[in-house]
Amino acid sequence: MSKILIIAEHDGTTLNASTAKCVACAADLPNAEIDLLILTASADAIADQAALLDSVTRVVVTENSANAHSLAAIIAPQIVAHADGYSHVFGPSTTFGKDLMPRIAALLGVNQVSDIMEVLGSHTFKRPIYAGNAIVTVEVPPDLPVVATVRTASYRSVASTNNAPVERLTNNVETPQHTRFVDLKAGSSDRPDLQSASKVVSGGRALGSAEKFEIIFSLADKIGAAVGASRAAVDAGYVANELQVGQTGKIIAPDLYIAIGISGAIQHLTGIKDAGTIVAINKDADAPIFEVADIGLVGDLFAIIPELQAAIEG
Amino acid sequence: MEKILVGLKRVVDYNVRVRVRSDGSGVETEGVKMSINPFDEIALEEALRIKERGEANEVIVVSIGPSEVQQQLRTGLAMGADRAILIESSETVDPLTSARVFLQLVQREEPGIVLLGKQAIDNDNNQTGQMLAAIWGRPQATFASNVKLDGSQATVTREVDAGLETIEIDLPAVITTDLRLNEPRYVKLPDIMKAKKKPLDIIPIAELGVDVARAHTEVSFEPPEQRQKGVMVQDVAELVGALKDKGLL
Repeated sequence: MSKILIIAEHDGTTLNASTAKCVACAADLPNAEIDLLILTASADAIADQAALLDSVTRVVVTENSANAHSLAAIIAPQIVAHADGYSHVFGPSTTFGKDLMPRIAALLGVNQVSDIMEVLGSHTFKRPIYAGNAIVTVEVPPDLPVVATVRTASYRSVASTNNAPVERLTNNVETPQHTRFVDLKAGSSDRPDLQSASKVVSGGRALGSAEKFEIIFSLADKIGAAVGASRAAVDAGYVANELQVGQTGKIIAPDLYIAIGISGAIQHLTGIKDAGTIVAINKDADAPIFEVADIGLVGDLFAIIPELQAAIEG
Repeated sequence: MEKILVGLKRVVDYNVRVRVRSDGSGVETEGVKMSINPFDEIALEEALRIKERGEANEVIVVSIGPSEVQQQLRTGLAMGADRAILIESSETVDPLTSARVFLQLVQREEPGIVLLGKQAIDNDNNQTGQMLAAIWGRPQATFASNVKLDGSQATVTREVDAGLETIEIDLPAVITTDLRLNEPRYVKLPDIMKAKKKPLDIIPIAELGVDVARAHTEVSFEPPEQRQKGVMVQDVAELVGALKDKGLL
């Protein structure tokens, strides 16, 4: 039997969508029994959402004011204290999980499986390497705990029709004082979340400036899409870092991805290869983005976008 | 602080499009251009800037790998590092063992900061820095886009999914770099000449007495599923039609 502990990601009030995707991955393990662990200052709302997730056997909550900001150095030792008896400890391959899970793995004395994209057995997984240019099948030692992050773009969230029991646990782990939260500057939140949106409109360097990038936001709003960007656009300062899509940004899998003025470097393409339909709009007919696009349109984006908006309205 | 330790990993160059060998035994690395992992270059640049501001006295670059890794360490010395240490290993070293090697060096050198790239672009593991911080029992500030030092502490801004998170950490600590922390300098020819005279110590990995972690077995490699090239449309009307047909608009 696989007994899996999943570390829930949340912002203090809402369970992140990445958690339901981790559950979907864990449910692929043979004879999976899945517990969800929430470390937080105050769990009520999050625990209610977690208990709904299908395939979850039990929700375990550890409340501690030190857990308010989910700092890896503070929550990792508490997770290790709860990890006894589990064959697997999973977290999402988001910045939260990437920061946290290796710290847990090291405390448990094991290497981590990063970015599981497919479960082949309780100790055999597929994961991408070289920016997704190769997929490796890895086997991990069966007599050691498995610590892993889940490539969330490879999984669809489990449904929320469950009613799992919620248990409160305490631990007497002394939390370190050497790491302190200062602040979080979050981007605007009135648009769909890039990581989980069903439609995404992304802009690249060809937009030319932050002012001109507004046209991307305008189109996105018109069709209810989230906004993304290439690394070049973020580096140039057109938009904030959290909009970057690609190997070192967000890996996403929307139903519709519209890439505008993005040439399609391999590092960008690795972030979108699980998208349903990719539309590319670019003035360079030889841009690599057209090699992966389902629908391509060559032309000047500043002429095409207004026309597109008008056509959608009409 | 006295010292900053910087990790440099030798990886297939950023611009090389790697291919899986036809027998699935691995990725073709024969005759392929090798470079310093780009995130590690950013780590070194940050260490050099800290030193140039007078906030550290010595920058030490460290790598783990075969003898050829000396090339990348020499590049690091040419960028401005003061000395280099190669932990020689003919075998690939897993992240936890790498972290244990770094811990040994931390105990020898007692740096104020260990600066590492957030991930190596070959295995994309994103583990070693966090693992080192864990077994060292010290803070980690991963995915850094800004680092400010203030005596015995650092204020680090981190690129996270939600935006920019700022944390304060006590030193010594591990900091891992994200892309926008800085733009690494170019190496100039005279610096390459000077770098040849800088010290580069070679220590066989066995000499460190590190407990080698159990690595994962890489069973097979395969190329990713390729997306099929789709259709080109001629105008916006055709594009909108195609999207409506798919139920996407």
